[in-house]
This record gives sequence, structure tokens and C-alpha cells, in this order.
Amino acid sequence: MLETGFFYAFAALTLIGAILTVTLRNAIHCAISLIGSLAGVAGLYLLQKAEFLFAVQIVLYIGGIMVLFLFVIMLVNLDAAARERQYHRHWLAAVICTVGSGALITWFLRQGSGTMHLGQSAPELPSAGNVEALSDVLFKQYLVPFELASVLLLVAVVGSVIMAKKRI
Amino acid sequence: MLHPITTEHYLVLSAALLLIGTVGILLRRNAVVVMMSLELILNAVNINLVAFGKHLQQLNGQVFAIFIITVAVAEAAVGLGILIAVFRNKETVLVDEIDLLKW
Repeated sequence: MLETGFFYAFAALTLIGAILTVTLRNAIHCAISLIGSLAGVAGLYLLQKAEFLFAVQIVLYIGGIMVLFLFVIMLVNLDAAARERQYHRHWLAAVICTVGSGALITWFLRQGSGTMHLGQSAPELPSAGNVEALSDVLFKQYLVPFELASVLLLVAVVGSVIMAKKRI
Repeated sequence: MLHPITTEHYLVLSAALLLIGTVGILLRRNAVVVMMSLELILNAVNINLVAFGKHLQQLNGQVFAIFIITVAVAEAAVGLGILIAVFRNKETVLVDEIDLLKW
């Protein structure tokens, strides 16, 4: 099955990119592997027939946020930080937290897979196209949150400009 | 022998991505990499939302994913601005050296 193969390819890209992001020493290498991971997530969106989110993921995450990260890496001198120790001294606490939450998530997944019957999905609806259907839901059902999101973006623009100014 | 992909596959993948992001946030000292791990966690949530939306044949999951992407963009912009301000004042981006409020 072609879909299965693509799923495992994109999942491998996502997970390997994520692991490299967390483990690599140089921050620019981290950013580049994060781009790979985000591209894998974009492919997963495409597999789930979320074409609009696929485009948004490419344009906004890989094109926008990652360029922002690379700018900051350029502005902030990270050479000194790359030569130092990469991990906290209290790594044991972090590992315990992660293993604990991983055990919790595994337990919940096992519980849920028994009762929720996640195996088969509902029959597919005849859709008019992802972007049309999505904008229909977004502009009718979620109009107020959509407008509030624009206010949030305005606040973020003003806040980031003020934060990056020389003298506040 | 390849099985067809179910919603559970996406859930397991998203859980793995979330745990990797958690490790990055808790373990790394470089604040830029900590913010990258934050993006990983938000992407894990988005995978979950889209997978459940497809499972239930509703578009609400994708709409929520759009809102989460909006919040992620705002968070990245403000957070990186704060990071630049901190670097200007303290000359470091290592999170355990920014300990002014610690007793």
C-alpha cells in the first residue's frame, strides 16, 4: 500500500529530524534538522487530506518561523554557547519527568484504544475541496475566534518590536 | 506485509514527537534550541488534532490546528524578541545562567 509507505517515510523524517534537533550541538544544525522535521509533519498533513494546512505549514513554519530562528541565531552570538556543555546538570530530573509522562501517555493510549475503537474511521464524506470546506467552517462557525486571532497577531507584532528595541 | 494506517498510528507518532520536544525543553541549555523544542511540541498537538478530525470526519480539528499555528507564530515572534533583549543585557542565551530571580 502506497499510503502506508508514505506514512512511515514521513514519520521517520519527522522523528529523526526532531531527535537531531534536540541532540545536535550547533544551533544552525538544529534549525536545519527542525526544517526537516516540519517538512515531515507537512507531508503527514497531506496524507490526511489537509491540503490547506500542508501549504500553511510550508509557507508559515518553514518559510516564516525558521527564517526568524535563523535571523536570531545570526544576531545572537552562539559560538561561545556551542563550545560549552549542552545539557543541564539536573538531567536526571528531566529524564524522570519525560519517562513519567511517556508512561502516562502510553497508559492512556492503551486505555483509550480499548474503549474508543480507533481502528476504523467514519465513512468519508464527499467533499468539495479542503480549502472551500475549511473556509466555510472558519468564517461561519469560528468567526469570533478568527477575529480575535488577528488581535493576538497585532499584540505580538507590537510586543516583538518593543522587545527588540534598543531602549524600552 | 504493511498494515493500513489508522488513527492510532498518528497518535503514537504524535506522542513520540511530544516526548522528544519535552526532552529538548527540559534538557537543553541553549534558549534558542528550547524554543525549537516548543515548536516540536506544538506540531505534535497539531498532528493529533488533524488525525482526530479525519477520524471523526469533521473539519473542526483542522480549524483548531490553524489557531494553534497562529499562536505559535505569535509566541515565536515575541519569544525571540525577548531572547534578543536578554542577550543584549546578559550576553548569554544559556537558560541556567539567566538566574536573576532564583534564590
